[in-house]
Amino acid sequence: MKYLYIVTSVSMIISIITDWKKTIKAVKISLNKMFKIMPNFLQMLIMIAIILYFVPDEVIVKYLGKSAGGVGTVLGLSFGTITMMPGFIAFPLGGILLDKGVSYMNIAAFTTTLMVVGFVTFPVEKEYFGVKITVLRNVIGFFIAVIVTLVIGLFFGEVF
Amino acid sequence: MKNKKTIIIIIAFFVFIFFSLVINYNPGLEIGENFLDFAISMLRVLPAAFLLIGLFEVWVDRETIEKHFGDDSGLKGYFWSILLASTTVGGTYVAFPVAYSLYKKGAKYSTIFTYVGAAALVRIPMTLFEASFLGIKFTIIRLGTSLPLIIITSIFLEKLLKYKEISFRKENK
Repeated sequence: MKYLYIVTSVSMIISIITDWKKTIKAVKISLNKMFKIMPNFLQMLIMIAIILYFVPDEVIVKYLGKSAGGVGTVLGLSFGTITMMPGFIAFPLGGILLDKGVSYMNIAAFTTTLMVVGFVTFPVEKEYFGVKITVLRNVIGFFIAVIVTLVIGLFFGEVF
Repeated sequence: MKNKKTIIIIIAFFVFIFFSLVINYNPGLEIGENFLDFAISMLRVLPAAFLLIGLFEVWVDRETIEKHFGDDSGLKGYFWSILLASTTVGGTYVAFPVAYSLYKKGAKYSTIFTYVGAAALVRIPMTLFEASFLGIKFTIIRLGTSLPLIIITSIFLEKLLKYKEISFRKENK
């Protein structure tokens, strides 16, 4: 988070010095985007607040934490494959889950399949690429997500 | 319509929390506390992340990148398709029609698949969000692993399609 503030401030300063008008436009765009996503964002926070009231932290850690092992990863991969959620919602959600003790690996399983496997976008994709290519592409995507998940687990010391 | 439902949920939630406060209803208070916790931690990150995205949209010149996409010779072709994909605004939905038009313009299958795959994985606004909430280390590892895999599998997919003589849909889109 410290880096985020540093990067944003430096970019803002450079942008202001280079072109004041463009910077104003950038601020307007970001405010616009923020307001547009706000309702969905609040809804996500509300749902998580309610769900996490009924599901104690220990249960989350047990099934999605480091020690959950394969179970948590399979859960993450399945959730990400079936559901559809914009990154603007998914990553903050990942941040909350991380605080609750979910492992990086299982969050990666969720967010990466979410990005790569288009279960919900399948009907759209097949209109452009045809069924065969769409299936192939999504299956390959799933395996890429599995590899990414394992590598994340390795680097964060969550496997072995 | 969908937005209306969201607004109703939000209002209902705040009414529920308000009455929980009035009658001291414990579950309601705890849920409200959860919500406040999350909202505060989000507020610390969101404005900065969205500012970066705004700056990105204003300063990145997509036309230059699109112009370069034409010369898809060798490694450079993959480089430009990833760069083009990273500047995609919106979801993967946007990438499919673009991919199809690239196909009609005669781009190689492997560069097209690299583009679509990368559009799902490295869109910069989304990646900024990821790094803000999950950390830079997470993002770097993910990009470092997935990008080479996208290129390799795209080349493989191209070979497979040529071998099996499968092609994109013929109809005009």
